[in-house]
Amino acid sequence: MIEVKGLNKSFGEHHVLKNIDAQFHKGQVNIIIGQSGSGKTVLTKCMVGLHQPESGSILYDGREFTALSFKEKKEIRQDLGMLFQGGALFDSLTVEQNVMFPLSMFTDKTLAERKERAQFCLERVNLPNAAKLYPSEISGGMKKRVAIARAIVMNPKYLFCDEPNSGLDPKTGLVIDHLIKEITDEYDITTIVITHDMNSVIEIGENIHFIYKGEKWWEGSKEEILKTDNQEVVDFVYASKFMKRVKADLAK
Amino acid sequence: MGILVHIGRYVLWMSQVFRRPEKWRIYRQRLFEEIQNVGYASVGLVAIISSFMGAVLTIQLAYNIESPLIPLYTVGFGVRDSLILEFSPTIISIILVGKVGSSIASEMGTMRVTDQIDALDIMGVNSTGHLVGPKMLAAIICNPFIVIISIILGIFGGYVAGILTGEVAGSTFIYGIQYWFEPYYVVYALIKTVVFAVVITTVPAYFGYHVSGGALEVGRASTVSVVYSIVIILTLNLILTQMLLQ
Repeated sequence: MIEVKGLNKSFGEHHVLKNIDAQFHKGQVNIIIGQSGSGKTVLTKCMVGLHQPESGSILYDGREFTALSFKEKKEIRQDLGMLFQGGALFDSLTVEQNVMFPLSMFTDKTLAERKERAQFCLERVNLPNAAKLYPSEISGGMKKRVAIARAIVMNPKYLFCDEPNSGLDPKTGLVIDHLIKEITDEYDITTIVITHDMNSVIEIGENIHFIYKGEKWWEGSKEEILKTDNQEVVDFVYASKFMKRVKADLAK
Repeated sequence: MGILVHIGRYVLWMSQVFRRPEKWRIYRQRLFEEIQNVGYASVGLVAIISSFMGAVLTIQLAYNIESPLIPLYTVGFGVRDSLILEFSPTIISIILVGKVGSSIASEMGTMRVTDQIDALDIMGVNSTGHLVGPKMLAAIICNPFIVIISIILGIFGGYVAGILTGEVAGSTFIYGIQYWFEPYYVVYALIKTVVFAVVITTVPAYFGYHVSGGALEVGRASTVSVVYSIVIILTLNLILTQMLLQ
């Protein structure tokens, strides 16, 4: 489980995160939603240590992350996988080398063992024949799947996904969503997904956090989010015509 | 951003370059790749520039020696010392800033804006050490060889130009390049080269690493890094010359 307590982060005079408290549960897909600029990505970057918050604490299974030294943070980071919006694959490495990279850096496995593990992860994300290709030779959806394979190669305890289906067609987006859900259940990990996409929320969301103007505004399940009368949440959830129709159907 | 802020941030950032690598095997592998990118890939350009530089120096020196009191072997002597003292270490380093430095700034900048550097950090890899360390070390290893090649080819270019134009006879030129040779000048040139190698790789890497935005900012960082690197090289050239040739 990951806990965030009283987290504050500013950039100059712009107070981006205001006293955020949140719990992200193990074995669940925890979703952070909110409008663009609400502070979702900054919250995630604080949680993974890319930004240093001004105050507050971040606890990984009870271990205070912000107070740790570089070396101690490194230990937690090896339990952490991250799927970036664009995949963030290393352009100079093949798909297989990208997936093997964390193993090469942090384990003493032989080349054969690393290759075997990479191939297992690539098969897990349904890319058994992409090993020798370079990131420039594969599609956006495949890049996301390779990034997921790289994120799970070290058997992480925590998986962060930053807008996993942005830029993908609805069908491929759904494949990625289901893959994230399956991996969360299979490895019993704490997964945090940042998204704007209500389809993902309805499809895989279990514990949903709504961030509004830098504050943790609302929290609940996917069933609750469809019924809430919190005006800011309602405005966000039912912004599209499709969701308005869903609301009308639910009312019937 | 103020120059003092840049200096402070650069010094703090450079301390990460000297941290112990996560895996020596990977570091060694990266070093060999960078020797190819930073060093070997520059040899062709340096060879062409140096040969022509030596040839032009020879013709200009010969053209300007009008007094019969100045022996013609002074051309060989002048070409040799100009190349060793200034042209090969400094001008070639400035050319390498344009070729290698801008490429490093663009590469690092692109890695930054596509989250590849963040991906390394999140994995627990010291991204600065992993990306910049091998580039800097590769330049420190390769650039002295590149400068020696530049000196040799510059002198050779001068020799050929002297013969082809008929301005200096081959034997006179060879006598000139052997005349009053000071081996310390080569040491001085190599010291400068090593210092400039650090600038050529780390200053553009610093600007690329700290880019925020998109393609436009990556392009700007590349340009700014080349300008800063050249100014730093020229300033260090002045300081080192004063220190080493007193």
